[in-house]
Amino acid sequence: MKQHILPALKLTAVTIVFFMGVYTLFVWAVAQAAPNKGEGETISVNNKLVGYKLEGQKFSDDKYFWSRPSAAGYNAAGSSGSNKGTTNPDYLKDVQSKIDTFLVHNPTVKKEDIPSDIVTYSGSGLDPDISVAAAKIQINRIAKTRNVSEEKINALVETQIQKPLLGLFGTEKINVLQLNIELDKLK
Amino acid sequence: MNTEISGIILMFVLTVVLAIPLGRYIGKLYNGDKTKLDFIFNPLDNLFFKLSGIKADKEMNWKQHLVALLTINLVWFLFSMLILMNMGWLPLNPDGNPSMTADTAFNTGISFISNTNLQHYSGESGVSYLGQLVLMLFQFISAGAGMAVCAVVFNAMKERTTEKLGNFYNYFVRSCTRVLLPLSIIVALILVFNGTPMTFKGKDQFISVQGDTVNVSRGPAAAMIAIKQLGTNGGGFFGVNSAHPLENPNYFTNILEDVSIILIPIAMVFALGFILKRKKLAWVIFGVMTVGFLLLLSPTVFNEMKGSSNIAAMHIAQPLGSMEGKEVRFGPAASAYWAITTTVTSNGSVNAMHDSLTPLGGMSAMLGMMVNSFYGGVGVGFLNFYIFIIIAVFISGLMVGRTPEFLGKKIEAKEMKIATIIALWHPFVILSFTALSSYLFAHDPKTYAAWLNNPGYHGFGEMLYEYTSSSANNGSGFEGLGDGVPFWNITCGIVMLLSRFLPIIGPVAIAGILAKKKFVPESAGTLKTDTTTFGIMVFAVIAIIAALSFFPALALGPISEYFSK
Repeated sequence: MKQHILPALKLTAVTIVFFMGVYTLFVWAVAQAAPNKGEGETISVNNKLVGYKLEGQKFSDDKYFWSRPSAAGYNAAGSSGSNKGTTNPDYLKDVQSKIDTFLVHNPTVKKEDIPSDIVTYSGSGLDPDISVAAAKIQINRIAKTRNVSEEKINALVETQIQKPLLGLFGTEKINVLQLNIELDKLK
Repeated sequence: MNTEISGIILMFVLTVVLAIPLGRYIGKLYNGDKTKLDFIFNPLDNLFFKLSGIKADKEMNWKQHLVALLTINLVWFLFSMLILMNMGWLPLNPDGNPSMTADTAFNTGISFISNTNLQHYSGESGVSYLGQLVLMLFQFISAGAGMAVCAVVFNAMKERTTEKLGNFYNYFVRSCTRVLLPLSIIVALILVFNGTPMTFKGKDQFISVQGDTVNVSRGPAAAMIAIKQLGTNGGGFFGVNSAHPLENPNYFTNILEDVSIILIPIAMVFALGFILKRKKLAWVIFGVMTVGFLLLLSPTVFNEMKGSSNIAAMHIAQPLGSMEGKEVRFGPAASAYWAITTTVTSNGSVNAMHDSLTPLGGMSAMLGMMVNSFYGGVGVGFLNFYIFIIIAVFISGLMVGRTPEFLGKKIEAKEMKIATIIALWHPFVILSFTALSSYLFAHDPKTYAAWLNNPGYHGFGEMLYEYTSSSANNGSGFEGLGDGVPFWNITCGIVMLLSRFLPIIGPVAIAGILAKKKFVPESAGTLKTDTTTFGIMVFAVIAIIAALSFFPALALGPISEYFSK
């Protein structure tokens, strides 16, 4: 063992310099050419910072499209899922109350049309997206609250649908922040 | 075809297509053959050796290899404790995160040197940027160490009689600089241009559209995420790992990160075929692993896409499937695919919360870790599989009345004893520690109430999963478990430590002993190991060991949960 201690110490020191130092700085240097210098892409409205492009935020007002329930309260200083098992009775009560709340705010929606993503917690607590179905069932409420025709809002939703990768792989989705910013522009 | 299903088929096909040439390249590296990249890497490696005072051409026997491995790991462990317990006042800490307590640092240090990356802390609040970079360093070198011991075993399996099995430092440095580094750079840069942060600035603040004040964690994430995926490490930069929108921004990066999980483990199998010049054997091993992988994958994808029956009972729609703990941009199919790739390979990163998988989906994830060799971790996954091969050779030799021989070497009592101990170690340690924690909880549910986030069978599953993940050096978790307390920190630390090094020592010892034995050329009486029949035999051994030892525990956990609804 003795003969290995010194090489082990020295080799560790070299790997520290190389992998913690050189590799990190290299990736960091190239990141300076990336969108917003690798500091996270932001979105501004009227020159005011309103959010990060990739991170979801809380929308609970009737005039906005709601985002998914978040176990982290959309606090992006942390991140968390509910970590509830799908058979946990307390959890199922929680989901039931979310369904009830949704129905109160969206009286025209039939219960069997509610897609599960809008009443269950996302994995990160910062999910920026909702499914297309989850957006569509909110159109009636938003049209009434904002006094805009349903057709107009439906047309807006259609423009915001992000197709699967190359049209072939993955899910269809809608970015809630982007959609709501466009919604505010609608007159 | 359903676009979610086509997505996971694409990921698997892409991985295999990339793994075959990568395996050939890795084979060349361990053989010492010339490659096209030598003009960059020869000077770099020589610099490493020169600065460390290492003679890279000095051959070692199997015992010297193990001493070198254990010594350098001891150095790493002490270094990790030093930084993790002092990072609060050290530089690169813009968010002012605190140092770790001794028990959390013990757990985290072992977790990262053992390639486990079990995290009893959250990246946003539990470590400084310096701490993250140190953990990233371990993601390189623990993976490199695993690949190095695998190279030793490959070398020992060659058809000759020798004690000289190459140089540990040489294999180690080559694995780090010539495989992990270039691949990490590629992945990290793609991530950066897809929106993953790589900055040393601290938290940002903004006022949301609805008027809430929100703080946003950032950091040098891209560099770490790349090696986290490639080195079957799995320790994420952010708390929720690759479910976090900054850590895994879109479906494309999800493909990239998920391919990275199983790329090197599969490539190692093809490297074996190249080094031994036995391509057929490599394909048999790959076939067995793939059958096992698909048997775990299919029911998981099916159950997650079908959705939760309890949610269905509330009469709402589940057009996508079970969405609890999942992200819309990935969907249930890609989340299920990730859950299985990450658990069969000892990676342990997640893109959905495993605690919220459907009961049978969660069980498949556990089974992947219980077997721990359907691809397995970088390097060490093959070592686990090697143990099963040895046992299968011995059993089938006895069944047909032939001397048990593997690649021209007779397998005798001593090797079998080691193989059996190692094969039984994994179930033994998982089940005894789960029994211990269950005993404590059952006898004093009030004191330990904070442990479990879910009642009943699922709660038991949280404890079973934690020790399975620790012993498999996986690192994922049913994260509802309140594991940031001394009991879990210390017991999981001990499990990770023993289950990292014993399953390395065993196979290296067997391979070393076999390499020294006389080489017996193949004859009519030799049991052929590169046939489908032998593949089925190995699969049977794996299924019997995993099924018999773990079935009772699974019956108490996810199986009961499934039937009780």
